[in-house]
Amino acid sequence: MASINYPLENTGVGQRTEHSVLQILYRWIATTDHKKLGLMYIICMLLYFVISGLMAVAIRIQLAIPNNHFVSPQTFNQLFTMHGTTMVFLVGMPMVAGLGNYVVPLMIGARDMAFPRLNAFGFWAFFFGGILLYSSYAFGSVPDVGWFGYAPLTSKTFSPGASTDFWVLGVLVAGFGTIASAINVVATTVSMRCPGMTLRRMPMFVWVMLIDALLILLIFPPLAAAQSMLMIDRLAGANFFNANAGGNVLLWQHIFWIFGHPEVYVLIFPIFAIMSEVVPVFSRKPIFGKPAMVAAIVMIFFIGSGVWAHHMFTVGLSSLSNTFFATATMLVGIPTGIKIFNWTATMYGGKIRFATPMLFACGFLFQFLVAGLTGIMLATAPFDWQLHHTYFVVGHFHFTLIGGLVFGLFAGIYYWYPKATGKMFSETIGRLHFWIFMIGFNVTFIPMHFAGFLGMPRRVYTYLPGHGLETWNLISTWGVAIQIVGILLFVVNVIWGLWKGPKAGDDPWDAWTLEWATTSPPPEYNFEKIPVVRSGRPLWDLKHPEDPDWKFE
Amino acid sequence: MSAPLLALLLQAQPSGLTEHKITNMFNPLSTPTRVMFNMGMLEFAITGAIFAVVAGLLAYTMIRFRKRRDDDSRQEPPQIYGSNQIEAAWTVIPILIVFVIAGVSARSVWGVEDASPPANALHISVVGHQYWWEIYYPAYNIVTANEIHLPVSRNRDRATYFEYTSKDVIHSLWVPEVIGKTDLIPNRVNHTWVDPSQAGVYWGSCTEFCGVQHANMLIQFVVQEPADFDKWVADQQKAQPVPTEISAGQKRFQISGCWACHEVKGTRFNGRIGPDLTHLMSRREIGSGVLDNTPENLRSWVVNPQQAKPGCLMPQSKISGENLDQLISYLETLK
Amino acid sequence: MSIARDWHLPDRGTIGILSLIFTESILFLMFVVAYIVYSGQSKTGPFPNDVLSIPILATICLLSSSLTIVLAENSLKKGNLANFKLWWIATIALGLEFLMATAAEWRHLINDEHLTITTNLFGTTYYSLVGLHATHVIVGMIFLIIVLLATLFGRNIVRQERRVKFLSWYWHFVDTVWVVVFTVVYVIGR
Repeated sequence: MASINYPLENTGVGQRTEHSVLQILYRWIATTDHKKLGLMYIICMLLYFVISGLMAVAIRIQLAIPNNHFVSPQTFNQLFTMHGTTMVFLVGMPMVAGLGNYVVPLMIGARDMAFPRLNAFGFWAFFFGGILLYSSYAFGSVPDVGWFGYAPLTSKTFSPGASTDFWVLGVLVAGFGTIASAINVVATTVSMRCPGMTLRRMPMFVWVMLIDALLILLIFPPLAAAQSMLMIDRLAGANFFNANAGGNVLLWQHIFWIFGHPEVYVLIFPIFAIMSEVVPVFSRKPIFGKPAMVAAIVMIFFIGSGVWAHHMFTVGLSSLSNTFFATATMLVGIPTGIKIFNWTATMYGGKIRFATPMLFACGFLFQFLVAGLTGIMLATAPFDWQLHHTYFVVGHFHFTLIGGLVFGLFAGIYYWYPKATGKMFSETIGRLHFWIFMIGFNVTFIPMHFAGFLGMPRRVYTYLPGHGLETWNLISTWGVAIQIVGILLFVVNVIWGLWKGPKAGDDPWDAWTLEWATTSPPPEYNFEKIPVVRSGRPLWDLKHPEDPDWKFE
Repeated sequence: MSAPLLALLLQAQPSGLTEHKITNMFNPLSTPTRVMFNMGMLEFAITGAIFAVVAGLLAYTMIRFRKRRDDDSRQEPPQIYGSNQIEAAWTVIPILIVFVIAGVSARSVWGVEDASPPANALHISVVGHQYWWEIYYPAYNIVTANEIHLPVSRNRDRATYFEYTSKDVIHSLWVPEVIGKTDLIPNRVNHTWVDPSQAGVYWGSCTEFCGVQHANMLIQFVVQEPADFDKWVADQQKAQPVPTEISAGQKRFQISGCWACHEVKGTRFNGRIGPDLTHLMSRREIGSGVLDNTPENLRSWVVNPQQAKPGCLMPQSKISGENLDQLISYLETLK
Repeated sequence: MSIARDWHLPDRGTIGILSLIFTESILFLMFVVAYIVYSGQSKTGPFPNDVLSIPILATICLLSSSLTIVLAENSLKKGNLANFKLWWIATIALGLEFLMATAAEWRHLINDEHLTITTNLFGTTYYSLVGLHATHVIVGMIFLIIVLLATLFGRNIVRQERRVKFLSWYWHFVDTVWVVVFTVVYVIGR
């Protein structure tokens, strides 16, 4: 039962009545429209990004010089815990949900997601989970066990008080929302595609979001399981991680990383999805090797679910285990590399237009390449016995998360900004944002690799002078100041576009997927008539009737 | 030899030992770290080459195929959908590269992890605490803290084999130039080994977040020539001489409750919660690396350890004046 | 265009419930793994062999309820509301019996054998795993009762045949999980 014929009541067609503030508020709070919910996810995500970013600023100020007293040890430990937890669960995950919810129905020619009310539930679960986590500040019980809270540090014995409880419950509640969202994406992509859109003709973005949703369904239960076990230990005095009762504290690490490692793929897949839309449009060529790209994502799904213990090379697993996980981790680099090659091949022979989205996409390519290569270094267990839990790792994962995820995210935000707002941002400010942020990012995070080489562990609130760490830390901190300027420029651009930007029109980028076939912003019902497609690039077919894609697919 | 002369000799710090404050993991001074270093060098070579090729290709592509400023046409470039041969090529080549790295890695892992101790190996047990290291030499019946002495072992003739565990949360021991990281986990014993090839003092740290003072849980490996090492062992094995009468300082140690946490061999003080203090003055650092072991630092540490290490488990002593002088002079006899 | 007329995709409800069952399976898998890993590792008693008795009646009831729910569905498909109500109530009753048997077993274990979730590793993993399953049974029961009430209060349940089908799939899932839990806890683990 393809749900083409959605009821059209309450869509506000043709209505232009005045609304009071309360009515407007109600429209947003009670909405089940995927576009409103998508925007709500993105706005919340950006707010948390700023808050968590300020925490990072505090961290870098504390570490700028040795034996600094900018914050106390307890505060520092709270800062890096909340920074990590916020970035992963309150920035990364809503980004996945927000992008998916906004773009997917438009791209497949549907009027909404498969389960609009479940969609709303997902958002509000995330919203209240975040509130719960941050209410810990009001109770003076801020989590301080690190974003992956190892047992037994998280037990009642070593974390008395409620701080760890806030951490577990906040993330657990938000996690239910994530699972709900994922179910919705799977059902939408399978059941709601417009006529003619076979799986082969489904855009790369939608393919990737589908696999991403399946991965979420696979890995969030382990997170929920581990956190439930921790809660049962803490609240009911159980023994899951109680070494005295014979419990194995490594059980936490195994279950957590079974979630934690694939989680980074969950976070980066939507960015891969963005890349596979932005790079082709701004290179004026179709994505190179679409079947291979889909196969690569599926390979990462499977292999990436089996590499978790590369976070545990130092716990004393057997040599066989260590070798297995090292090899598997290296293997997962292959499909990832293939994707980079395919994006490059997409650009090759094209006519590349370096508008702001494409600038960020190019920044992504270089930086994610570096991140992948430092990841290969970490994958080899013997070398990891030196690099593990040092600032080299911090450098590595910030290259994947900022150099990769955030840059790709900016590419996507700038790409769909005109569609969502109907206005065009300033190309000049966008360019400035890119260059300044790129410089600041690299100035902060490249030196961290060297600090790691010189023996600086991670999660330390200070370090001794005379151990060679001062220079690198100071440079890192200065980079933060540059990054702040970049982010401010982004905020200015968003506001400028809304206020003074020219009207964007339906299709400012001359793109090829269905979202550009409707108005900017789209009406609540998305499309006047549900489109019928014959290829993976329906708008290309319309614009080039002499050379349509369906002749070649 | 008379007792005072011996005491005088043993008071001198190990002579000529270079202190490695800058701990560079690319300066391997043992077999395991050399294996890790070689692995790292291979990694750099391969990833460096990959970076050069791919980044070069990216840069070339971006420059060569950029839209020219004077190109106003709506002419689209040839629409290429893919190429099976190219996909195969850049799948197979990375697989081969992975094969090579994985093979080297496996061999290295086996070589380091599965090595069994030779008969004359030195065995040391390390127990992790929040925020200090308890060190036990079972063969010599020595208990000490925060500073591990071990003999130089060129050609693996006197390797040191470690057993790690923890009394509370998970810790991890790392001395970059000498030994790779292995975790100290409660209810579990981990094994590792090292054969340091160069004498010196090497700084290391705890590398698993263990609580509020994780940053200040540092450690030192003091690698000594065999003769110096044997001398150190003999010195550590001596219990404190039993005086004819209890000194005022020793009484102060008891009254202030220090004995509840700290042990001094040869006396009634047998607390096992904090570090063993029998040979406190033979150590280079106080508070697991937070302060150099000087008279002023010892004094300020005893008065208020929370100043240098806020959140550590040693409470303020609230001693001052003459009581403090007596206590410190007692501690300074613990050589 | 005939493309639109011939366009048939899977029912979104089917995909939704299958996705839910998939994700829940993984959740149970984690607790089963924990149970197996900690099997035989308890430092102190009571131990499974001493205190666990095979819950034959409860199992028969729960597995039979999968049968009765199929019968109920078939009745609904044929439009036979009377039989539908009969078999639906039977399903609820059997599920209820399972829950009560579990409660009785737990009361015995806690009061007589002094096994609680804090006692040892066995206690922790046993109550977590069986409790997780029982929670899912309770949630299923709640929805079964909602359907029953809707039917009794005159709602057109025949129109909701699709949703009743999805609920029965969930119910079958819960029963299948019980087969796994039963095998791991009462057969292998003892």
